[in-house]
Amino acid sequence: MIAAIGSRLMQAVLVMLAVTAIAFVMFRYVGDPVAMMSREDATPAEKAELRSSLGLDRPVLVQYGGFVTRVLRGDLGNSFRNQRPVVELLAERLPATLELVLVATLLALAVGLPLGVFCALKPDGAIARAIQTLSLVGISMPTFVTGIALILVFSVTLRWLPSFGRGDVVHVGGWTTGFLTWTGLTSLILPAITLALYQLTLIMRLVRAEMIDVLSSDYIRFAKARGLPAHYINFRLALRNALMPVVTVTGLQIGSLIAFAIVTETVFQWPGMGLLFIQAVSFADVPVMAAYLLFVGFLFVVINMAVDVIYALIDPRLRARST
Amino acid sequence: MSAVTARNLPRRRARLALPVSVMVALVVVAIMLFAAFAAPLIAPTDPTDVGKFDLMSSELPPAFMPDGDPRYLLGTDNQGRDLFSAILYGARISILIGGGAVLVAATLGVTLGLMAGFFGGFVDALIMRIGDVILSLPTILLALLVSGLARAISPEAATAQWAPIILIGAIAINEWVQYARTVRAATMVEASKDYVRAARVIGYSPIRIMLRHILPNVMSPVMVIATINLAAAMLTEATLSFLGVGMPPTYPSLGTLIRIGNEFVFSGIWWIATFPALVLVVLVLAVNIVGDWLRDRFNPKLTRR
Repeated sequence: MIAAIGSRLMQAVLVMLAVTAIAFVMFRYVGDPVAMMSREDATPAEKAELRSSLGLDRPVLVQYGGFVTRVLRGDLGNSFRNQRPVVELLAERLPATLELVLVATLLALAVGLPLGVFCALKPDGAIARAIQTLSLVGISMPTFVTGIALILVFSVTLRWLPSFGRGDVVHVGGWTTGFLTWTGLTSLILPAITLALYQLTLIMRLVRAEMIDVLSSDYIRFAKARGLPAHYINFRLALRNALMPVVTVTGLQIGSLIAFAIVTETVFQWPGMGLLFIQAVSFADVPVMAAYLLFVGFLFVVINMAVDVIYALIDPRLRARST
Repeated sequence: MSAVTARNLPRRRARLALPVSVMVALVVVAIMLFAAFAAPLIAPTDPTDVGKFDLMSSELPPAFMPDGDPRYLLGTDNQGRDLFSAILYGARISILIGGGAVLVAATLGVTLGLMAGFFGGFVDALIMRIGDVILSLPTILLALLVSGLARAISPEAATAQWAPIILIGAIAINEWVQYARTVRAATMVEASKDYVRAARVIGYSPIRIMLRHILPNVMSPVMVIATINLAAAMLTEATLSFLGVGMPPTYPSLGTLIRIGNEFVFSGIWWIATFPALVLVVLVLAVNIVGDWLRDRFNPKLTRR
């Protein structure tokens, strides 16, 4: 048990080291920092001085060590484009992305779970088959196409909902929230649906497959033979066991949702970290790209590890399998 | 395909009973492949020929609309480019990049998987740990980073000649891991069998054993993964192009066309984004249906993702 968690921790550290190494290489070798920071008419002597004052003449491993120390202290440099500390920029954008991801996840669960259960209980019914077919369409729809379609219908044609931005936000401490204003809430609807849709189909298909699996197992057949009521068997016995993998997948998917938010945020001009990142990519703003990578990589690793550990704690059968 | 069916002889009769949905999907894929590759013959105009653009006829609605021009079946884009032609050429680019990415990823993945399974030990550990790291990052993030870095290093990355290669690389770097894992597991099973041991005793070189003896026996799951990944690869390409780090507007893929159309959705010019999106979704859906069916048919144990 402890060994499993230990090896999982090792893997997490390894991934984080790899991610910081990529970020370091980006900072150090993509675009010359000296050329970026010195005047155009600087003499070679001045450049050499700047180089040594930045520590760029020391061995690479020493530089990497210095980089890791700075990252741990929260110093990720300045954006090339608007000369502000990258950490500040990311912190500004963080609430928008997290609120979007949170609402999308809740939405996906609230709709995906019941649909999946329904399809599993009546797998050959006409409605279940229709839902199943629709879900394949859902998986084949790229996020941005969903977003554009929603904008076309609800913003351009019907004029019901706003199609870009966050609406009015309220400052609560260091956090900005759109949950407390009417425009903030209405602005959230379309992006949240867009982001949730892929997740929703995934959860639905997973719940259905797991439920069908569990329903055909021996203990459910014995429960039926004992004459226990159907709702007790379906919801108390079967659903509980079918939910285990759903918890994991939902947890793991939160990380990719943060990454997928890049697309949703672009379509809806949602002022989150993803939009910041995509602007950084098109302007080759390396510090912002590297910082975003570090941050999302870190979130992703922490979430993955937490899910794995919790899972191993809950389900003893998996301890042996988790290598 | 033929390699797969040949090894599944008992299933051959069952194969004749294709589900209707799969048959429709196959027909759709065939039509789209034909239309895309015969684009220069079918398309009324060449969408990459900037000189032929006519700004006077820009943003015209499709031919079936009241203001439509019969010369432009699906209307024109903001530069007066015939949308129907642009979609045909765009689909070709999307399919070529998707296919290219699958080819590169499969080659890389099968090679590394064979090596990991055959040699074991340090080689195995190294390849699989790299794979773990890649799988632990979201696909789209890694792909964006690769194309973003390519842009930062050289401005030529955004040009029409280099963009497809960078896109293929950005997609393939994510997808080889799946092939490598599958092939590695199959190779480990095969490597302990008698025929491989016999080949070793005869004194064949490891390369010959891997390529001539093991490879043919581990290829069938690779075909299934490749089909499913083709759909995913085309989606990733479209997403990157939509985000503006894929194909440039002068040489647009379906994703680029949707990106262009997205800027005009608010002015009620819906056709520039809608038609390419429709083609993309139908194409990906058809490939997904075929892939799903192949997986269930030939490899029920392959993990569902």
